[in-house]
Amino acid sequence: MAKPFLVTVAPHLHGGTSVKSVMWNVVVALIPALLAGVYFFGIEALILTCYGVMSAIMTEAIILAFRKKTITISDGSAVVTGLLVSFNVHTGVPWWIPVVGSAFAIAIGKHVFGGLGHNIVNPALLGRVFLVVSWPAIMTGNWQKTVMNSINGLSNQSLLDLPEQITGATPLAVLETLQDTVFIESLGENARVISESLYQEMISFPTLLNTFLGNIGGCIGEISAIALLLGGFYLLSKKIIEWRIPFFYLFTVAVLTYLLGGYDGFMSASYNLPLFHILSGGLLLGALFMATDPVTSPVSKKGRILFGIGCGLITVIIRLYGAYPEGVSFAILIMNLLVPLIDKFTYSRPFGKK
Amino acid sequence: MGHKTFPGGVHPLDFKYFSKDEIIERCPLPSRVILPLSQHIGKLPVPIVKVGEIVKTGQLIAQASDGISLNMHATISGKIKSIDTVSHPKWNFIQGIEIEGDGRDTWVELVDEEDFMQLSGEEMRNRIEEAGICGLGGAGFPSGIKLNPPSYNTIDTAIVSGVECEPYLTADCRLMMEKPEEIIWGLKIMMKILGAKNGIIGIESNKPKSIKTLKKLVKKEKNIRVVTLEFKYPQGGEKQLIYATTKRRVLSKSFPSSVGVIVNNVATVVSMYEAVRYKKPLVEKVITISGKIVKRPSNFMARIGTKMSDILAHCEGTTHPIIKAVIGGPMMGYAVNTLDVPLIKTVSGMILFGKSEIKTEEEKPCLRCGRCIDVCPNGLMPNFIASSVKYNDFVGAKKAGVVDCMQCGCCSYVCPAHIKFIQWIDIGKLKVM
Repeated sequence: MAKPFLVTVAPHLHGGTSVKSVMWNVVVALIPALLAGVYFFGIEALILTCYGVMSAIMTEAIILAFRKKTITISDGSAVVTGLLVSFNVHTGVPWWIPVVGSAFAIAIGKHVFGGLGHNIVNPALLGRVFLVVSWPAIMTGNWQKTVMNSINGLSNQSLLDLPEQITGATPLAVLETLQDTVFIESLGENARVISESLYQEMISFPTLLNTFLGNIGGCIGEISAIALLLGGFYLLSKKIIEWRIPFFYLFTVAVLTYLLGGYDGFMSASYNLPLFHILSGGLLLGALFMATDPVTSPVSKKGRILFGIGCGLITVIIRLYGAYPEGVSFAILIMNLLVPLIDKFTYSRPFGKK
Repeated sequence: MGHKTFPGGVHPLDFKYFSKDEIIERCPLPSRVILPLSQHIGKLPVPIVKVGEIVKTGQLIAQASDGISLNMHATISGKIKSIDTVSHPKWNFIQGIEIEGDGRDTWVELVDEEDFMQLSGEEMRNRIEEAGICGLGGAGFPSGIKLNPPSYNTIDTAIVSGVECEPYLTADCRLMMEKPEEIIWGLKIMMKILGAKNGIIGIESNKPKSIKTLKKLVKKEKNIRVVTLEFKYPQGGEKQLIYATTKRRVLSKSFPSSVGVIVNNVATVVSMYEAVRYKKPLVEKVITISGKIVKRPSNFMARIGTKMSDILAHCEGTTHPIIKAVIGGPMMGYAVNTLDVPLIKTVSGMILFGKSEIKTEEEKPCLRCGRCIDVCPNGLMPNFIASSVKYNDFVGAKKAGVVDCMQCGCCSYVCPAHIKFIQWIDIGKLKVM
């Protein structure tokens, strides 16, 4: 008798998306941000990122071998984690920072919980937070100036047209300092009476255009809003991510900073505060690439809306009232933990059921 | 697109171009037919013939038992060879009757009542029941019983489904082009039996020729209309079709009759018409043989019980070795390990796949991407069903809606982790129900 035919369960057609295609598409979407990082910070950014990615891949391979599982590094999920961890450090850190961060992300963030698909929180964010709380001085001090800043000085960014030396501090760090001062007045008239240090920081405050392009201080992958948006739209068009989480996340941040930031009238008037908040810091990176991580976000559409709003709320609270200038990582991590609860309350209703 | 449809669903490539322009050919008479007793949903009928008995084509050979069951008729004339375990495309082996043909195809006496529309609804329904007709679209629910809904439900709409949303299949599409009058008569019979005022023929937009043919014919009919539906799978699901054409939602665990609708497939209504007018039992049906490796993909009118390998012989075989043979459509059909299985009433196609088209992927962990939820036409959460069943949590599976699943396979189609949802759901259904 002839060889029996292959028997598998229906359906016998498949749409073609695989874990591999999803992950490698995310890698492709992250490339513009990486290029922007390299453009603004120099080759160092690329080297640090390579360290992070290599570390993630190695850790994944070693742990999978240890767990006696098939080595699935080719599915690209470790590459994504490595990239995201490296995107969250600045170019002033030593080489072992992204290495340790990625290894921690893969080992503790992912494999302790059972590997791909089973982790509770976003591994890359866990890696970043681990780095920030373990080596706060390295992670938040010594912000590097962008190459562009050093070359152009302040010619295209100073509001006051005073070509002074700039600090490399991130816009959000500057904002935090500004918010802490009681002195809030119209800048132009009282420039003379502003204390010297504050004055320095104010003139280093970047324009929206530079924030948008990425010509600001910050981490490798988070500085260029336009590169991140490019990647985000690529993922949206490929239907890898869904618009609900990023949209409601950014929307909530915009609305809340508009309402709450109003008390600092000065900032919202001259710096277009909500837009500034959206474009700066890790918000776009977080909203487009981290909050949308399918494993750690709700599965239903309603749940995703709630998740996005929650992330936005916590981010704004931390940014405006917390001790840290940046709240994106904590916000997403906290919401990650709430996902099972959100899933439970957004159970879908079968078609035709009342 | 602007055409009517339902929430959820997927858009697979339709692959209908292989066979959609092939006129339905009559398959030569088989020398032997295998008739499993289970070709429908419900109890097995009881054989009323003995081994060695001479039967005519269309002669009753197994009588429906009480409750939900179905008559079975000889599909060729000849001698009963055995009443024993026979092969079955879905259940592998089951009780059945084998007939050795005499090659003469002597029919039982048929009638031709031209004024058949004057018959009472009850008489029409009896004839349909006698003829052993069940839903030919795949489910196989006995039509006589379907046309006798509980008296507390008033049926106002009869729907004929010419959707054929499964890729590759073109049997219904051809039937609508070649036997449009019969379909309209069948619908009228349905409407008369049910006392329904409205008749709807639902067709997917990827069959423009069928739509045109039928639209032309229903111009003079007041109560019948043709509805063009969006090309989307599973548009032909009963609840989805009802929603798309009438905006009525059939509640979970209830029947279409609860919203005043009865749905039948075009192939079923054609058989109904033949049963009512000619008293012709269901002995043959149209089947599509298709696939990239089939030398001559086409549509055939074949006797029920003909072996699939015999039907394939009329397609001049395949260009490459067959790796997978799927009985039914590629989305909901089942793979068989041999072509030595008979054509049964519910089968409307066979798709053959060669090596280049088959990719077996290992099941990977769920990424929780939610694609399965987005496409589920029944609004279920397939990911939770699958994971609950996997970890033996059948209460959770029930809560996630395992019983409401119609196993259309959209979730598996879109799953990046290649999770075998239908398998988990099958297990879940067995444990829960």
